[in-house]
Amino acid sequence: MSNTIGQNIKLNPEHGLLDLPNRRPLLFLLLVAVAWVLIYAQLPAVAAYLTALLPVNQSGHLADSLRFLIFEAPKVLMLLTAVVMVMGMINSWFTPERTRAMLAGKHEGVGNVMAAMLGIVTPFCSCSAVPLFIGFVQAGVPLGVTFSFLIAAPMVNEVALTLLFALVGWKVALLYLALGLSIAIVSGWVIGRLHMEAYLEDWVRDMAKVNPDFKPEKLTMADRLQAGFQAVRDIVGRVWLYVVAGVAIGAGIHGYVPQDFMAGLMGRDASWWSVPAAILIGVPMYSNAAGIIPVVEALLAKGAALGTVLAFMMSVIALSFPEMVILRKVLKPRLIATFVGVVFSGILLVGLVFNAVL
Amino acid sequence: MKHIQVLGTGCASCKTTVEMIRKMADELAVEIQLEKVEDIADIAAAGVMSTPGVIVDGKIVHAGGMPSRSAVHGWLSAQ
Repeated sequence: MSNTIGQNIKLNPEHGLLDLPNRRPLLFLLLVAVAWVLIYAQLPAVAAYLTALLPVNQSGHLADSLRFLIFEAPKVLMLLTAVVMVMGMINSWFTPERTRAMLAGKHEGVGNVMAAMLGIVTPFCSCSAVPLFIGFVQAGVPLGVTFSFLIAAPMVNEVALTLLFALVGWKVALLYLALGLSIAIVSGWVIGRLHMEAYLEDWVRDMAKVNPDFKPEKLTMADRLQAGFQAVRDIVGRVWLYVVAGVAIGAGIHGYVPQDFMAGLMGRDASWWSVPAAILIGVPMYSNAAGIIPVVEALLAKGAALGTVLAFMMSVIALSFPEMVILRKVLKPRLIATFVGVVFSGILLVGLVFNAVL
Repeated sequence: MKHIQVLGTGCASCKTTVEMIRKMADELAVEIQLEKVEDIADIAAAGVMSTPGVIVDGKIVHAGGMPSRSAVHGWLSAQ
């Protein structure tokens, strides 16, 4: 008797609140969105309150830095979580297999533009760069089009854009998006024009061709929501520490570095070589967008020129030494050198033109 | 006995995937032969474009990101 009562009281997990994402994904999204907006709107007030409680000289450098940190870190993390969640859901429509099928047999030009755009929405991790590269080439995606994808995918991603938007402003985020896409499109097109298929490693060229056909998986809204959760766990779980560290370094620069400190080194009136120097410094630095953008914001605030800073950031993300080592397994040195040369020139041009125009 | 291959170049989530499958197979007392495929050429030849990928008895069951626990459970308990 007591047994049956016990069973009746026991919550059935199939109908619990925790199961809402699976049963009513849209309702769940709506509730979460409302809660998110309410919390986000309260952040400035809470941050100001907390900073006022700190036992430091409220008008000193330390208070300046702490105020920045206490407000910016949660703000950036909240924005990042929301964007990564949404992108994780969008990504579930654009698997690498589908992207490959869309790009196979596309001509150069249109193909380069499509590849760069798909680079934004297709999930990409630099450790998958080589299998992806081979998969594209095997399915008959032209080499230049493949490169447009490979350049755009790491450089123009939701984490970089969100952080730029949150810390520097929407204009710079939009510029970065447009310029990153342009560099990917033009660089890929140039590499395609150079007809460098002979400089793929022999075993890559000799691999059997595959049919790019794919069967889309049938995913429900609840599955896509789970994909969003997974993306948040993966991406935010991996980068949150970088973001906080980056914002902390940025906060330090805000409070302690003199206002025009960077103007001489990276400012508009600095010599012409400041842009190539910034790119060269960026190559061996292996950071993701998450760690570098808070620093970028601080550099800008201290008088560094936008073109120089954007060039530095693109170089850190797009021209990383470890990625070249990985690509060396499928590309002969001459093609790697071409790839680096073309992307370097593109970034250089962006930096110089920006400094000259703005 | 199931033959399970995890394909990946050594990124953190590849290693975690291997561990996860090994642990769950132990828990379920399912006998498996677990193999890690790290060679780029082999990974590409298998047709996996995003790592970690998982192949069970010659069939690709997963590609890209960590598989969920329920998915692993499904592969191990399927006959």
